[in-house]
Amino acid sequence: MTNVLEVSNVSKSFGGVIANHSISLDVEKGKITGLIGPNGSGKTTLFNSIVGYHPIDEGSIKFRGQELKNLNVQKIARLGLLRTFQQTRTYGKMNCMQNMLISVSHRNANFFDMFTSYPAELNEKAEHLLEFVGLYQKRKLPSGELSFGQQKLLEFAMALMNEPEVLLLDEPTAGINPTLINGLIDRLQRANSEFGITLFVIEHNMRVVMNLADKIYCLAHGEMLASGVPSDIQNDQRVIDAYLGAH
Amino acid sequence: MIDNISLLTLAPILNVQLILDGLFIGAIFALAAYGLALVWGVMNVKNLAQGEFVIMGGYFAWYMGSLGIHPIFALPVAVIVMFGFGWIVYVVIISRVVGKDMFTSLLATFGLAIVIQQALNLAFGPEVQIAESGFGTGSFFDGNVTIAYIKLVSFAICCLLAILVVLFMKKSRMGQAIRATSQDARAAKVMGIDTEKVYAFTYGLNAAICGAAGVMISMIWVIQPFYGVPHSIRSFVIVVAAGLGNLPGVIAAALGLGVAEQYGGFVFGAELQQATVVGLLLVVLIWRQLQMRRQRQAVQ
Amino acid sequence: MTFTRIEIVAIAGLLLVGIFGPILFPAYTFQIAVLWLMILFAQTWDAMGGQMGYNSLGNIFFFGVGMYICSVTQIGLFYDVGVYTAAFGADDAKFTDTQYFLGLAAGLLFAGFGSALIAALIGWTVFGLRGPYFAIGTLGIALAAGELLGAWEWVGGGGGIALPVYPGSGDGKSNFFYILCFLSAVATFVFLKWLFSTRFGLAVNAIRDDEDKAEAMGVHTLRHKTVAWSVSAFFLGISGGLFGNMTGFIEPLEVAFPTITFGIFMVAMSLLGGTGTLWGPVLGAILFHVIKETTWTYFLGWQWIALGVIIIVNIVFFQQGIMGWLKEKRPAWFGIEVEEAEVERAS
Repeated sequence: MTNVLEVSNVSKSFGGVIANHSISLDVEKGKITGLIGPNGSGKTTLFNSIVGYHPIDEGSIKFRGQELKNLNVQKIARLGLLRTFQQTRTYGKMNCMQNMLISVSHRNANFFDMFTSYPAELNEKAEHLLEFVGLYQKRKLPSGELSFGQQKLLEFAMALMNEPEVLLLDEPTAGINPTLINGLIDRLQRANSEFGITLFVIEHNMRVVMNLADKIYCLAHGEMLASGVPSDIQNDQRVIDAYLGAH
Repeated sequence: MIDNISLLTLAPILNVQLILDGLFIGAIFALAAYGLALVWGVMNVKNLAQGEFVIMGGYFAWYMGSLGIHPIFALPVAVIVMFGFGWIVYVVIISRVVGKDMFTSLLATFGLAIVIQQALNLAFGPEVQIAESGFGTGSFFDGNVTIAYIKLVSFAICCLLAILVVLFMKKSRMGQAIRATSQDARAAKVMGIDTEKVYAFTYGLNAAICGAAGVMISMIWVIQPFYGVPHSIRSFVIVVAAGLGNLPGVIAAALGLGVAEQYGGFVFGAELQQATVVGLLLVVLIWRQLQMRRQRQAVQ
Repeated sequence: MTFTRIEIVAIAGLLLVGIFGPILFPAYTFQIAVLWLMILFAQTWDAMGGQMGYNSLGNIFFFGVGMYICSVTQIGLFYDVGVYTAAFGADDAKFTDTQYFLGLAAGLLFAGFGSALIAALIGWTVFGLRGPYFAIGTLGIALAAGELLGAWEWVGGGGGIALPVYPGSGDGKSNFFYILCFLSAVATFVFLKWLFSTRFGLAVNAIRDDEDKAEAMGVHTLRHKTVAWSVSAFFLGISGGLFGNMTGFIEPLEVAFPTITFGIFMVAMSLLGGTGTLWGPVLGAILFHVIKETTWTYFLGWQWIALGVIIIVNIVFFQQGIMGWLKEKRPAWFGIEVEEAEVERAS
């Protein structure tokens, strides 16, 4: 029951707008944690703060006990904390295999590793992961030519290739055809159970997040509103009000 | 160089001369910089042919001067012709690169700059030219400060043009359309604004502003077919230092740049005056990077 | 490193041209030597630009820096540089044969490594910039160098430096430097081909396609950017040293830091041939140089205008270049395909 990620009283504002105000939460190792909240509640800002995309105004973010708030994105990624993007981002001109290979972890890369070639095992691993997400047949196509849903799957596979300890997923099912969502949820669960990756997921799709998450945090207006197991959150009147807009 | 600096402290009146000269020429820089900011803000095109537009305007004045017409009359001519020229350039070249990535538009305008430089060189030769205004020079402070009267005229014209352009942007239909498009092109289109026409107009307006600036540059300074690049860099330095959409900042930065160049030329020698401009470019870019680094962003 | 069949044919063809060109057309030796330098220019530009997305308008900086480092070394090893340059070549500073070749070898070595080192050191001034800012920033560096070196009396100021005279006949000199230019271009090609076949190539392409994503995935972006620039600088520095000796004198703005000629040629050639590919810059350079040399005399006065128009037309209508166009027409040649076969599961 250890917390791999500890966010304490994190605040971030942009100009006059307070995006996050004194947010605290814990992500438990090996579990799936959900982050919900109406639009504009500050979820993506919080993700950005955690991965070091911008400096925070106040508070502390600890990953395995190590303070992250002064580190930049690359360093944090190399520690094993990755994120996927809301508007899926892949390397559009490179083909899927290349996207996968470059996603191999750079944690222990020294200067001269830049000039080596990729061994056969990594090629095989990339192929297996592409198969895992169902993209094996498209592996030689430039990723920019895949459909939106396929790119999302590729981005997910790239993250798995990196073998992160914690993966922050920003709306993984957004824009996905409803018939394909079950397949994606299944893969997320397997990533958690088989590969042991801790997941921290922003989601708008209630069905998805209630089935997937072990624990859920709810943000509203930049502040932490409620937290608990899915059944508690579903019945929490404050959460319902936040989504339906009662004042 | 040390002698020059000590000269400034021993004879403080020299500073007045340098500052005044800097302000007079800085006002012209402000015009060109505003044009660049306009095109940049509205259609995200960094016009590397800006300086060449200025020099083109200058050649209008010089050419008319060589025909016996007073160069000041080149002002309306340059404005109108350059506006048309800018419109055509937009339709033929710029419209095709507006949507693409930013290096594309930069390189296209740089290609245009080369075409213009070389065309001017072919047409007018590589000599440095001035358009004589014949307005005479005034002496002040016991003859220690000289001001060519044309500089005062030019400064007044710059202020007038600036006011006209600002009023235009605020009050006219097209001005409002331009501002709407620069804020959100898609929304503007949905509201019925012909964004292509707005872009063409903006680019033409920029060319016209540069043309006017060029007419004055040719009267209070010099023009030469290859002097466009430093002007483009000046505009760029000013806009990056002041930030888009910050008109008072642009004016302040432009005047500051004018003064800095005068001091640079005085302290380091005339050969290094160009180096001052490029040096300031690098300083501004490095400063911006340090600024953005605190936000963990890159300058883009 | 693998070579496709077409590549082997192309390489063989180029080697033949390289070896037999000056033998069959001795009057054009200088022009063909410059062709090899142009190929080097385009390749080094594209390594940064088309491959990594850092489009530099000032790579010519390293060309000029290399030129100055090389000549200062050639002179400085045996004479006082300040005295030599002050005389503007009027005094008969004599270099023995050994002195000349030793000086040249050391000069080229220092030019290459010196430029690479400078690239590594000044990277921080421009690598926080992206897109057009990087382009203008690098242009600024090249312009500044021209101005500053033009004002530095120790290296000859505005008058430049007259280089040591080649000990031998005019033809001997032509052939000697021809071979060096040819070898430099070949070395650049081989090195870059190897470099882009390693992980470095993928990382650099990733930076081009989405630098923020690359950072978010933990790629050492600054390391890669610095190495790419240093590699370009190395070969450009050597090319500068060679060209300075070929022309016999250096002038800061016209010869060493010609931003609006050689500096822009680098970009135009890569664009013509197709950026982001290994052969694109090579093809573009060959086409560009051949067209330029054959039409220059006919377009006298208009040639630079034609250059500008070519750049505009290229970028507006034919941005993908020759290789890009080929990729669209024949994707299979480049390994882009959808495979129907299922992968064999390892049980």
